[in-house]
Order: sequence, then structure tokens, then C-alpha cells
Amino acid sequence: MIEIPILRFGKVYESIETVTLVHHATGEPFARVHQANSGMVRRDMVRMADDALEKFSTADLIAMARKAGELFMTAPLPLGKSQQSFEDYIAQLSCTTGMPITYCRDNAGKIASVLEKMDQVLAGLTRGLDLKVLDDGYSDASGHMLSFYRAGRVFGAVLPSNSPGVHSLWAPAMVLKAPIVLKPGREEPWTPYRMIEAFAAAGFPREAMGFYPTDHGGAGELLRTADRAMLFGGGATVRPYENDPRIELHGPGYSKVILGDDVADDWAKYVEVMATSIDRNGGRSCINASAIWTPRHGRAIADAVGKELAKHKALPADDPNATLAAFANPAVADQINNVIEHALTEDGAEDVCAAHRGTPRLAHIGRCAYLQPSVVWCESREHSLANREFLFPYASVVECPAAEIADAIGPTLVATVITRDESFVHSLMNHPNVDRLNVGAIPTWRISWDQPHEGNLFELLYRQRSFQFEPAA
Amino acid sequence: MNSAAGTSAGASIDERATAAKAALDKHTCEIVAWHFDPATGTPFWLDYASKLDWDPRKEIKCYNDLDKFDFFEDEWLRQGKVRSWVPKAYANDPIYTFETGGSTGVPKSRINIKDFRIDYEQFSDTLSDEMFPRGGDWLMLGPSGPRRLRLAVEHLCQHRGGICFCVDMDPRWVVKLIKSSRLREMHEYKDHVVNQGLTLLRAHKNIQCLFTTPKLLEALCERVSLVDYGIKGVFCGGTQLTAQFHRFAREELLEGKIDFVPTYGNTLMGLACHKPFDPADNYSVIYHPPSPRAMIEVVDPESPRKVVGYGELGRARLTTLTKEFFMPRFLERDEGIRTKPCDAYPWDGIADVRPFSGFATPIVEGVY
Repeated sequence: MIEIPILRFGKVYESIETVTLVHHATGEPFARVHQANSGMVRRDMVRMADDALEKFSTADLIAMARKAGELFMTAPLPLGKSQQSFEDYIAQLSCTTGMPITYCRDNAGKIASVLEKMDQVLAGLTRGLDLKVLDDGYSDASGHMLSFYRAGRVFGAVLPSNSPGVHSLWAPAMVLKAPIVLKPGREEPWTPYRMIEAFAAAGFPREAMGFYPTDHGGAGELLRTADRAMLFGGGATVRPYENDPRIELHGPGYSKVILGDDVADDWAKYVEVMATSIDRNGGRSCINASAIWTPRHGRAIADAVGKELAKHKALPADDPNATLAAFANPAVADQINNVIEHALTEDGAEDVCAAHRGTPRLAHIGRCAYLQPSVVWCESREHSLANREFLFPYASVVECPAAEIADAIGPTLVATVITRDESFVHSLMNHPNVDRLNVGAIPTWRISWDQPHEGNLFELLYRQRSFQFEPAA
Repeated sequence: MNSAAGTSAGASIDERATAAKAALDKHTCEIVAWHFDPATGTPFWLDYASKLDWDPRKEIKCYNDLDKFDFFEDEWLRQGKVRSWVPKAYANDPIYTFETGGSTGVPKSRINIKDFRIDYEQFSDTLSDEMFPRGGDWLMLGPSGPRRLRLAVEHLCQHRGGICFCVDMDPRWVVKLIKSSRLREMHEYKDHVVNQGLTLLRAHKNIQCLFTTPKLLEALCERVSLVDYGIKGVFCGGTQLTAQFHRFAREELLEGKIDFVPTYGNTLMGLACHKPFDPADNYSVIYHPPSPRAMIEVVDPESPRKVVGYGELGRARLTTLTKEFFMPRFLERDEGIRTKPCDAYPWDGIADVRPFSGFATPIVEGVY
């Protein structure tokens, strides 16, 4: 059995309490994850040296992050008292999450890419700020004095299990000089642990990193204690923190592809971008589209996208053609399927993918459960399935007059709007419902490294201060 | 702690367990005879017996015979007839009533006369004079109000020659705050409680012993070193005291220099003591009931007349056998692992107690 310990100030600590993770396909015990009690999380956080990364210049940290990215992809790195190769990591990740091996590799590459392109990522987060300001505290930019201070002395993150790619979001904190305390998702301790070890191997001081698998109470202590934090989770998880400015919330994305009035009749040209927005990465990310909004032709769009998505079939995670993730806990797939089936009993909604799939949505291979793609045509945007997000390739298609779309779509992490109508773009650009806006046939999941994604970590961690400087005579 | 545990030095554990069982059987008969005697008995039980087609005084001949009773229903303690629980023999004594936590609706009320003092005097015998010095003062930082805990800890302190300083913490208010997600207020309230405790610790240098709950102990130790404040022993009670917390408390919060005594108890049963610390137990928190005054058994949740095997998980079943209160076969809202008798307590124990997982709706726990 693989042992995954706690890392307290970067050092291995074995707890008396452990949680056993099983292999998603066999149900056999696979790894034992050591659990931190909530008091330990808080005690360590308040004792963490919050200046542990201050002795490095930002340029040095960027170079070290680049090195960490390389090591993450190639080096044998410690995993508790043993060593983990990159191939071990990929296999282990797939075993406990049920994600296809191919997706595990894709996501690992995404993380490495963020680490290796950290200079571009920081340029996006800081809008091209001369990063020496983070070393000196101030800079004179074209005659304008600029000063920032780090409000996030210790940065915490309560992380998910749904997609390893999300770990690219917290990684810049290390280069922004904030020591990190991570609570991994239950089934996915692998990626944050390996990232910490890659950081350490690249020269980041171990005492600046903590890894605390813990329960709900421990997560609460982490969020309470951190100066700044990220929280991933469902609506019920993030709701209590909605008004807490210290915490950047990563709840459901409700990302959407939106057709403008001017292109709605040409919808067939955009089936591919709509389909890939829904199904990429197994449909497990908040940046996957979960709805398509169009002024007309909704039924036909649903049918065409459903036909495209129906090509995805349940296959074992190690099959090179696998594109759907198995549910590590098959009961979760059952529950999601029941929710959808129950909602479909309401009038005005149809899973148009069903006819193309030719099989039920819920599929089993051995003990594994899969949810095969679903595209639900909703006659009304008020239908209970019109604005839902699930952990598999799922989307609703609804019709709505273009003039009403901006107000009607609700909170939307990524909106891909396909139109030539500038006023329509403007209506979305000005609307607080939209967090990230793609104009054009751009998949919702495509990330531009020089753009912030879902909040801005620099703005979370740093505050600008008024500063004047006049050297003493 | 009692005769079975304390007077058989030199006997094997099996011999002592047999003696303890005999003492329990004898005690059970005495208590049943007392509560069902029309002269001394408890109105509730006398009424109960009048509806039976068997006579408890004749048919209860040993502890296991208590299975002839139905399971004790907590609703019986919520019916507003608290006087029906006062044995006739004590009708003219001053009566206390203590309540359970109240996190599951109307609290259960249990009458008390001297039981809480007897329980804590027996518990006192298990404490070391070195780490809980006689004459040392105490700080009681935890729930008081309708619970017996404050009076009980204060009596323990007085019994050992100390004076007890008390700070209240209202767990019912904490449960409300948690249920309504008012976590900031919950932490403010906790800080308010801890600040009062720290003020007392700073002012009274003879406070050497502390009763508190796991959460408050963490909060105290976040602020100060209890070693530096002269604390020598901590008596800790409350829900969800896990093995990992036990280790964390001994090694880190108390810096390996302060004794840590976990207990498991409630208003209905009394106080179960922790098996003396043994590194071989790997910090597992193992409780033994104060036999013969009360018993904890670990039973099959599906068939709660049946005790599970050693090392197996089951639901806690409590039986209280004092002249003040008779409570046969009460299914507690906790579960744990059945453990074997030990040197200090030659009867079964229960390890790794946590909330019973068989309830459909989780109860808000851990506020202590």
C-alpha cells in the first residue's frame, strides 16, 4: 500500500488516522492518506515563517519554477518514504480518480506548462508590472511611483479531485513569495504532493510548503487561518465564504457557448467548438461548457452536438482511446444520473443525445460507473436542467432572444460568444455575470497564459499602497 | 476505582474479571430491588412494573437478566415528569436535575442527589497526585448551565483540596451558530471564552489543573504555553476525542510535560475513565465504565441485544445502576470498538468512540 504522509513545514509526518483510497476499477485498497487533525493545521499555519521566500528574488523564483516544471514531468521525486517516477504518478492518479491515462498526461503537461511559463503567467496576472517591485517593495515606472505589499502572508488552498489541471491555479503563489498550505482533494493527493516535491527539488525551501489531507473541520481551520486562500467546491461548499474577501472561490463554472443573433442561422459551423467546449478533459472542469444559448435553432443544435458527443463511449482508464472518466465512487454516478432522470420527468426537456448514444447514460464496466455524454434540449430557460453543471460531458441547450441573454445567463465563469455584433459583445463585456469572455469560436477551455483565469492571484495576494520616496539629504 | 479494580492485587486479569462480573451481578440485583421496591422505589419504574407480566425483583438475578427489559427510551426523560424519577427513599432530599447536551431536541433530564459527587470522587482516585496535585487549584473551562459538569469538576477539585475557577461555554449556542453557518460569531464566542480563561490563569498562579474540551484546549494552547503557566494536568472531555488528537495533545499542545486524561461521559451514565496511557495502544483512546455503577457495552447495531466481538465496531449501549438512577440498556448515539479488560479496569472497554454512523441525519458534534 502506498503511504501518502502529511508534510508539515515540508517534512514528512505520519498520522495515526488515515483514509484508504481504493483503485477505481478493482476496489482494492491502493493508498493510505494520512490525515491531519484540524488543530494541527491551524497550529502549523500560525507558526509558518511567512517570509521564507522573501530571500529569493522574483527572477530567481521564476527560474526555480521553470526547473520545478521540468522535474515534475521527468524526475523521480519523493512520495513519503518512497520514490515516485512520472509514470508512477500518472498511473496512481488514474487509479484513484478514474481519469483516463491520456487526460492525466494532458493535465500534467498543463501544470508543467504553467510552471515553465511562469514569467508569462505573472505578466498576465500583474498586467506587465516590472516584477522587481515585488523584491524592492516599490519601483519608479515611467515616473510613477508604484508600491505593493504582500497581504497574503500565508496562502491556503482547499483543492478538488475533479481535474489535476486546476493545480496550475495556485502554483504562482510560490513565485509571488507566499508560503502555501494545501488541503488536497480526497481522491487526488497525488498532484499537489508531487508539485511540492518538484518545488523542493528545484530549490524552494521546504518550510514554505505544507500538505495537509484533512476533513471538513480541517479545511475550515485552513480557510479561517490563511490570510488569503482559494476554495474549490460545489455550491454548498463555497456559499458560506461568498462574502469573505480573503477567499477566492472556485465553485461551479456554469460556462457557456453563446450564439449571437447574426450567426444563429449559421450554427452548423460551430458544432465542433460547442462540442469540444463540453467534452474536453472528460467534461470535468469548471471551464467546460455546461450550456449553449442561442436565439433560435436550439433543437437542431442540441441534436447535432448530441450526435457529436455520442461518440464518446465508456472505456477503461488505461485504454488509449478513453475519453470519459470513471467515477471512483460509483454511487456518485448513480446519484447524478438519478437527478437528471428525475428532472427529465418535468415537461419541456429531452436528452437528445440518448438516441445517438443508443445506450443508457449510466454505464458500468466492472465496479466502475460512467456517465456518457448528455445534451438536454430545454424548451424554457426556466427548466431545472437549463442551468446545471455535472461532473461529465453535460450541456443544456436553450433559446433566448439575444437582447435578453446577458441578464438571463446567470453567473458564468467562461462565456464564449460567437458573433460579429459589437453591441451584443458589449452587453456581455459590461455584465458582472461574465467572469471570462472569449469573443469568437474559441473553446471555453482554451487558456491564454497571459490572462488571469478565474480571479487574479496577484490581486488576491498583494495590495497596492500609496508610497512616496525622497532620499535623505 | 472501585472494589473490583482495587482490592484484588496479585490476582490474574481473568480472576479479577470474574470477580468484577460477580460484583456487577450482585450490585444489579440490589439496584433493581431498590428501584422496584414500593417503599424505596422510583415512581416511573413502579408504574412500569405494574404493567409487566413479570416481577423484576424476582426475575433479575444477574446483570445479563437486564435484557428482559425493553431498551431504555430517551423520550421517557423528556416527558416533563422529572419527579417521577426521584426514588421514594430520597423524596425529602435536595434534588438536582441535569440535562444532556440538547443538540437533539428537547434535552433529557436526569435527577441527581449525590451521584455526581460519588462519580468524581471515584475518578479522583485514578488521578496522579504528582500531575494533579492535591491542594492545587483548577480552572474549569467548559459547559456549565444545565449540565452537571461544572458542579462535578468543582467537586473533584474540592475533593482534592483545591478551589475551582469556572468559565462557562454554552454548547447549545455554539450548535446554533454552526447550523446557521455563523462561523465568525462562533469563533468570536470561542475567543471570548478562552480570553476569560487566560485572564484567570494569569491572575491565579496556584491553578495547576485544567478541565476543558478538545477545541478549547487547542485554542488555549494557540495563545500560551500551558507549561509556562504552571499547568501540570489536563482533564479533557467532549465528543470526538480521536487517537490523533490524543497524540497531538500530549506531544504538541502539552509539550510532553503535562498529563493528559481523556474521559467519556454524559449525564445519564456518569464518567468513564481512560485506560492509563500505554504507548503500545498507539494513542487509541480506550474508555472503561465505572462498573458496577454503570456499564458501557459495544453491541451489534442491527441486533442490539448482542455484544460484538473484541476488536469489532458496534454501537455503545449504556446501563446505569445507582440508587438514584436506573437506566437499563440505553442505545447511545455513539459507536466504538470493543476492547478487553485491562489491569486498571478488569471489564470491557470501548475504544475510538465517535458519533454513531447509522443515523440518517448527522448530528452537530464536536462543539466541545
